[in-house]
Amino acid sequence: MRYHTPTSFEDASAIAAAATGVTRFLAGGTDVLVQLRSDFVTPDDLIDIKQIAGVRDITRRGDGGWRIGAAVSGAELAEHKALTAEWPGVVEALELIGSTQIQARCTLVGNLCNGSPAADSVPAMIAASASVSVVGPAGEREIAVEDVPTGPGMTSLDAGEVVSAVNLPPRGEGGGDAYLRFIPRTEMDIAVVGAGVSLSRDGESITAARVALGAVAPTVLLVEEAGATLVGSTLDDTALAALAKAAEAACRPISDKRGTVAFRTQVAGVLARRAAKIAYDRAGA
Amino acid sequence: MAFDQEKDEFKVVGTRPDRPDGIDKVTGRARFGADATAPGMLHAVIIRSPHAHARIVKIDTSKAEAAHGVKAVVTRADFAEGLDGENWNILENLMAGERALYDGHAVAAIAATSSLAARDAARMLEVEYEVLPHVTDVDKAMQEGAPVIREGAADGSVPAGMHPNVVRCHDSGHGDPEDGFAEADLVIEERFTTEATHQGYIEPHACLGTLGPDGRGELWCCTQGHWNVQKVCAALLDIETSKLRVTASEIGGGFGGKTAVFIEPVALALSRKANRPVKLVMPRADVFRATGPTASTSMDVKIGMKKDGTITGASGEFRCQGGAFPGAPMEFTAMCAFAPYALKHVHQVGYDVMTNRPKQAAYRAPGSPMAAFAVESVIDELCNRLGLDPIDVRLKNASREGTKANFGPSWDRIGLVETLEAAKEHPHFSAPLAEGAGRGISCGFWFNHAGETAVQLALSEDGTVQLSVGTPDIGGSRASMCMMAAEELGIPYEDVRTTIADTATLGYNEISHGSRVTYASGLATIEAARDTVKKLCKRAAAKWGIDAEAVEWRDGCAIPSGPNAGDFDPMPIKEIARDMGKTGGPIVGHFEATPEGAGVSFATHIVDAEVDRETGATTITRYTVVQDAGKAIHPSYVEGQYQGGAAQGIGWALNEEYVYDDDGRLQNAGFLDYRIPVASDLPMIDTVIVEVPNPGHPYGVRGVGETSICPPLAAIANAVSNAAGVRMQDLPMRPSRILEALKAGS
Repeated sequence: MRYHTPTSFEDASAIAAAATGVTRFLAGGTDVLVQLRSDFVTPDDLIDIKQIAGVRDITRRGDGGWRIGAAVSGAELAEHKALTAEWPGVVEALELIGSTQIQARCTLVGNLCNGSPAADSVPAMIAASASVSVVGPAGEREIAVEDVPTGPGMTSLDAGEVVSAVNLPPRGEGGGDAYLRFIPRTEMDIAVVGAGVSLSRDGESITAARVALGAVAPTVLLVEEAGATLVGSTLDDTALAALAKAAEAACRPISDKRGTVAFRTQVAGVLARRAAKIAYDRAGA
Repeated sequence: MAFDQEKDEFKVVGTRPDRPDGIDKVTGRARFGADATAPGMLHAVIIRSPHAHARIVKIDTSKAEAAHGVKAVVTRADFAEGLDGENWNILENLMAGERALYDGHAVAAIAATSSLAARDAARMLEVEYEVLPHVTDVDKAMQEGAPVIREGAADGSVPAGMHPNVVRCHDSGHGDPEDGFAEADLVIEERFTTEATHQGYIEPHACLGTLGPDGRGELWCCTQGHWNVQKVCAALLDIETSKLRVTASEIGGGFGGKTAVFIEPVALALSRKANRPVKLVMPRADVFRATGPTASTSMDVKIGMKKDGTITGASGEFRCQGGAFPGAPMEFTAMCAFAPYALKHVHQVGYDVMTNRPKQAAYRAPGSPMAAFAVESVIDELCNRLGLDPIDVRLKNASREGTKANFGPSWDRIGLVETLEAAKEHPHFSAPLAEGAGRGISCGFWFNHAGETAVQLALSEDGTVQLSVGTPDIGGSRASMCMMAAEELGIPYEDVRTTIADTATLGYNEISHGSRVTYASGLATIEAARDTVKKLCKRAAAKWGIDAEAVEWRDGCAIPSGPNAGDFDPMPIKEIARDMGKTGGPIVGHFEATPEGAGVSFATHIVDAEVDRETGATTITRYTVVQDAGKAIHPSYVEGQYQGGAAQGIGWALNEEYVYDDDGRLQNAGFLDYRIPVASDLPMIDTVIVEVPNPGHPYGVRGVGETSICPPLAAIANAVSNAAGVRMQDLPMRPSRILEALKAGS
């Protein structure tokens, strides 16, 4: 195993592009180190990106949105008051992961690139219309978060591409987001179902909404039909019922040790409703 | 050795001093199984079957043996031949013979100069398997056509015509339940199932062993009973018992799971072959796959009740699956089932069933929690349908002193009624329930055990005391031993240090199991202290020139009594200790026996639960444990045992289970998907210590470690069923199961 500590994303990308074996990027390491120690994945090249300037910075973008460096931890994100005030759903989704110790290490980018359909922060990022900045041999590009995962453990990133940051759009007036997951325990568990909702209100009426579901398909799903059920509504019971129905209809889960098809489908509808209520209240606050 | 009725005032017993191992444990100074090293030490890995059932066609070790750093490879051929009985079972389990009998069954082991080298070599070991049909479900394993795990494993207790996987049977009771049911106003019969659960100790099994060509060896290991490890290792390696010295490490949880031997003979076999010390630490996945969970069960229980709450008759059939070996604790399941109740007509049958799963091991009151789940659920349903108070009904039918127990003997002095009365008076029982919440009650019973015990108490020259016991401290027993020694000797708690002696230092000590330690090692400590007191009094008497019988021991001093009272100043223990070299030599007290009189123990639990009807999630909102401790030596530790039993019971009832796929492979061999409760899953667990003295112990002690896990499954199931409005008959009550039950019930 070769351990690299590049000081720029261009160098990181070049190392990865030149590598011929198993390659992993290392930021918090909360997935990579576990996989390594459990004998699941033993990388030939381990590329630590933490020496790159700015990877732990959270900065306001010119358009009023946010740029979150690839190595910003859950704890650092949660301590950022302005970002938390604007995107509480994204922050709470990352904060749900693991223990206090894990929170000091885990990152949004790692959670995304690990490719798990049950990743907690991914539905929240998708609902929030987040994108990622990617540096690769062909230069830099920006990809919507929903376009990154392609299947369990797989992403659309090309060989040599590395994610440098997560971008959140401007929140704007009357916006709110929320993320809820179902786990059999209260902590330290993996989502059986996850639901992220982000919406905007004009008075009582919803003007825009995005709903994303986790752990109910091979990738996290952006459920546009579910978002559409909310637009124009005041989140009345009819809208909530339609939301749940649309969410259930989008589910393509499997039955496994963590939950059955029927359970995941029903709970996806329940969580979408509950998350929408929280996002709606936050948007009106 | 009987209860000392005069000993009703204690100075040390009943107080709550700091634990003697506390600083070591919080600073990392305590040495657990994996903390030992030795010069030239090798690291070992065990290679395990990926199949639930397979014939081992061939094991080719040549490439692994030639791999970098490898010093030894062992297979079954490196262990003793010609064993029988349980020794054969243990060997067959820790190193497969002709067949791999479950997913995770060991087939070979490698020792190399680093754990990485050993793991690399493990990938080069070639095992050819012929996959065979398998069965992991207890009911399916009993059906015609089920794959036979081992022909001829059944003993004479099994009725003719049963499947060969049924290997033992228990049948007991009295009266005729059919007569009882005829007298009843309501009879309920239901089937219940529970899944296998693991003890979930945080510390994996670990050991460091050395065995030389001369057949002499040393072993450091994490165990609940090192004399048993010594005996088993000697048999499996065909060496003499006393040539192997075994030292027990600190233990990071056992709960019964470390009463069994899984890896130590393997480390010693590798060491013998390599002539180097070998360290073997089980990865967590191996702990789940290859060390014993408890049995899974399928149970039918039928109970008849009159409108006034009188139980007229009861019967139960308890089918317990204990993996690929005999030993599922079905006799305990059957015997504990109806133990809390005085019944005219009762009959219980248990079956021990083999399947392609790991060999079950003891888990805290083996077999009893499942029985209580089935029986107490039916009683709860009877109470609901007849509109009766669950505690009043249990009081009406409760076993008392003199009651003929369901499995034969008459009860001695027992404390069930006292726990029920305390539960009834507890504010929890009368607290209003939130909308949609449910409350559950259950009783539970465990036998408790005594066992072979030897202790030694040595006086130091400064008057402090070194107490050596042979029972590994799995629940705070060192503190209790220090307290009992201090109580008898009349010295401060801090002046006693208790050490777990190795196998070369004391006589045989049975495993720390059966809730026996505070009872048996405690009784032995008291007797050893009394033996020491006699010797101390004799020294004082010699100095004073009076009869030893005329010396009393009080408050840490020898005092002249009778005709000599007041003739001499009290002689403190420190003075006698200082001079002992000149007055006759070292002063050592000891005691060895197999005490009889471990008092049985009963408990009553009260649980409140809320159910999210949209997701099936359960929240335990309030929990109260009421249990008879006989006499609580260190009440904080007793409360800890009560809380621990309840916490493990909550996990067992709600989320813990062994999940097998269609191939018979374990799907959740890790703490992510084997869900023991985390701290935030639990409410504060309230405790009430009831003290009905055990006549068989000088202070009245009853074991407390196991009874606390007997009522939780039932109490929680009753609370959840009452909250959901649907009777939950299968454990764990995972959210999907509750949603399905709600759907079916609506």
